[in-house]
Amino acid sequence: MKLSKTLLATSAIGVAAAGLAYAGGHMASGTFTFVSWGGAYQASQANAYTTPYTANNPDVQVVWDESSNEAVAKLRAMNEAGNLTWDLVDVVAADALRLCDEGLAMEIDPDEILAPAPDGTPASEDFGDLLVGDCFIPQIVYSTTFGYRTDMVPAGVEPPNDICDVFDLETYPGMRSLESRPINNMEWALMCDGVAKEDIYDVLATEAGQEQALAKLDTIRDSVIWWNAGADTPQLLADGEVFIGSTYNGRLFSAIVEQNQPIGMMWDAQVFDLDGWIIPTGLPEDRLARVLDFVYFATDTQRLADQAAYISYGPARVSSAPLVGTHADLGIEMAPHMPTDPNNATNSILYNFEFWADYRDDIDAKFQAWLAQ
Amino acid sequence: MTDTTTSGPMLSADGVPLKKSLARALRRQKLRALILIAPLLAFVVLTFVVPIGSMLFRSVENQIVSGTLPKTIEALETWEGEDGTLPDQEVFQALFFDMFRAAEAKEHTKLGSRLNYERTGFSSVFRTTGRSLDDIGEPFQDWLEDADPAFADGLTWYEMLSGTGGEDLIEDRRAIWANMVGEGFAGDIGFTLSGEMAELLPQTAAAYSDWAIYTAIVDGDVVAEEDPWETVYAALALDFARDGAVSALVAYSGAGAAPIANALAALPSLPEIDFRAAFVAENEGWGDTGNWQTLKIYSPDYTTGYFLNAIDMKKGLDGAMARPENQQIYVKLFIRTMIMSLIITGSCILLGYPVAWLLANLPVRSANVLMILVLLPFWTSLLVRTSAWKVLLQQQGVINNILVWLGFVDDTNRLILMNNSTGTIIAMTHILLPFMILPLYSVMKTIPPSYLRAAKSLGATNWTAFWRVYFPQSIPGIGAGSILVFILAIGYYITPEIVGGTDGVFISNRIAHHISSSLNWGLAAALGSILLVLVLALYWLYDRIVGIDNVKLGG
Repeated sequence: MKLSKTLLATSAIGVAAAGLAYAGGHMASGTFTFVSWGGAYQASQANAYTTPYTANNPDVQVVWDESSNEAVAKLRAMNEAGNLTWDLVDVVAADALRLCDEGLAMEIDPDEILAPAPDGTPASEDFGDLLVGDCFIPQIVYSTTFGYRTDMVPAGVEPPNDICDVFDLETYPGMRSLESRPINNMEWALMCDGVAKEDIYDVLATEAGQEQALAKLDTIRDSVIWWNAGADTPQLLADGEVFIGSTYNGRLFSAIVEQNQPIGMMWDAQVFDLDGWIIPTGLPEDRLARVLDFVYFATDTQRLADQAAYISYGPARVSSAPLVGTHADLGIEMAPHMPTDPNNATNSILYNFEFWADYRDDIDAKFQAWLAQ
Repeated sequence: MTDTTTSGPMLSADGVPLKKSLARALRRQKLRALILIAPLLAFVVLTFVVPIGSMLFRSVENQIVSGTLPKTIEALETWEGEDGTLPDQEVFQALFFDMFRAAEAKEHTKLGSRLNYERTGFSSVFRTTGRSLDDIGEPFQDWLEDADPAFADGLTWYEMLSGTGGEDLIEDRRAIWANMVGEGFAGDIGFTLSGEMAELLPQTAAAYSDWAIYTAIVDGDVVAEEDPWETVYAALALDFARDGAVSALVAYSGAGAAPIANALAALPSLPEIDFRAAFVAENEGWGDTGNWQTLKIYSPDYTTGYFLNAIDMKKGLDGAMARPENQQIYVKLFIRTMIMSLIITGSCILLGYPVAWLLANLPVRSANVLMILVLLPFWTSLLVRTSAWKVLLQQQGVINNILVWLGFVDDTNRLILMNNSTGTIIAMTHILLPFMILPLYSVMKTIPPSYLRAAKSLGATNWTAFWRVYFPQSIPGIGAGSILVFILAIGYYITPEIVGGTDGVFISNRIAHHISSSLNWGLAAALGSILLVLVLALYWLYDRIVGIDNVKLGG
């Protein structure tokens, strides 16, 4: 009897304490939920943005949610449930455009909420064309490009340096890894099937053009492993499963420079894409004010340049480029590893947001049917 | 006994008829039982019935089209759309007002995304048109303000249209807003519509009411102090152009009669009203009859479209038709999911049966060790087990390395064991094996070993004794294990995603794609519903053939 009473009493206290702790955690005005990608990318954001921010604002507690991959679906679900738990969401530009279309991301006026460049250039000019849609706050330029095993290049042959080498099974035998979606693959296929770069999207808009691209992909289909996660290709390359594969340039950078894998970069026909923040619609006043304060701080010229010390993605502001320095741990110059470096960007494609917003569903259906054949 | 029948109903001790008192006691008992199961019931309803119900609903729900473009859809009803002509001017006029309303509430792009699933290009048609609707209305605004500068002042409009008698119209417009945005538009708007104006200038009254409701409720502004949208100007121009409108308006002498008279005087310079041309000029998509056909096909509040998409068909003007071959995928995936789940179930039986037999017949001590070996992988994270299979199965992986080292396989010709259906079958058989072994074991445990001994003592060979005596008794275990494994396999997602490549993925991978990536939740719901029906149908078939009474999980 006594024991059970004691047990009851202690568990009641425990429950009450837990309840208090829960309420405390959620009521503290400073809890800030960021949504990002996890891994090295999120770490670079923590180092460049949130750590200095919390140093200035000690009452702010940062919580990370690694959900950027499903951010659009989750935000939609939160919106339908009427319970918004996120404060700031990191997404790629295409997803930002969709969130904006769905009314799930807040429309912004860049000159009002973002800091001007140090020389006074307004934010809208400093970010320029990278301000895609009405809701997107760009942070970085990344690219989807190829890495190859340097030790698997056949003897007496130049290492691959042309996008069409991916389609050349004779000169460069071995498996390839490509993302299991049409975006980028269709463009590369057309480029290597004689379509001029400026005509790609006109051709791809037609039924015949889509078939042409798939027919080109057919030629290497038996030698392709299709990936779903950005970490797949670096792993496949490290294990020697594939000879060449596409992935995000930052992933290849860490495999090559930080892990010393025998991998080489092939920058030809890299596809530039953008990643940045969106502010979810429907935030209460006080949370919105805090988010805006953070965004103003975290997207200024110096902060964007700082991020490049941790990961090889190019800052989205023109004014940040000259401030890019050395890697925080390795001490190497970061500029030559940036996708935007003039030596790397000799032949590049910019992700066509408008086109893919329209054609994604249709071409994806055809692409998946082709994959399933 | 005869006593009671003659002296009326039997009474309990407190004088209440026994039947009643018994019923009361039973009711109390039932209630108590209900209270006991209430948490579980609530849990099941909340986590099972409600989600499944809402999923089934989502697979047919399509209110977004008529909610966003209500008047356009109404006007479109008379349009046949088969002879390649565009809809009437009337439809385009309705479209202008509907789109404007939707664009203000930022609902038009949602509809664009929805329709883009059915026809490529709708997404940008809606996005770009939404930005340029002001341009379509502006010529009318300029014309009216030129005719009488008073039209530039919001107060002129407010006074002109204020009055009483137009309450019905205001309520109608509130309902339109509420239908589109999905929340209430109740509350005072600081404006009451004149019934006379609602009759004289119906379009203007409607457009002004739309604006007034939005301004007061969403923006929180005072209607009398704000300038109306371009739609109101365009509506007035349309009202002027109506047959017989001018003669009725000449007689009008209420508030705003002066600016109206000035505008009537300027009628000869009224810009040409051609909303069709204006829309086509803003975006060519509006000049495409195919787009209008899609809009018409998907105008009902409930649609079979998602289900048709889910079986590789598509909704056309005159019913369903098959999709072109290069877009067919789902039927193939359903069949593949079924076949591979059957193969996995079969290999689980083959591998699990001997293990379960050993478990049931070994001495307790060694059986326990074996049981731990069976359960150990069961307790390991699914993701870890699947990733471990990746390390084992890949071409430079452990299995291939050993085979090459043993000389069974040539180094240049390593086996492809994953990123195809082989990988999915191997990994899933391993992962689901405990679900087969455990029911088999618990059934075998109940089969007395003396039966086998009796059979043998009566002259049966080992095989006959097993096949005629032991095996029939273990069938209920096979049944239970098969149902468990098959139903789990059919909805599996993570393992096929990681080791399945392209020809080893299941329908659930496509469902996940439509939930999290393409955001076509209607199609995902339809695919999920079909999967659910398939499972139920197979369960029914199983019951018919094997009999569900023959399934035992033990005892």
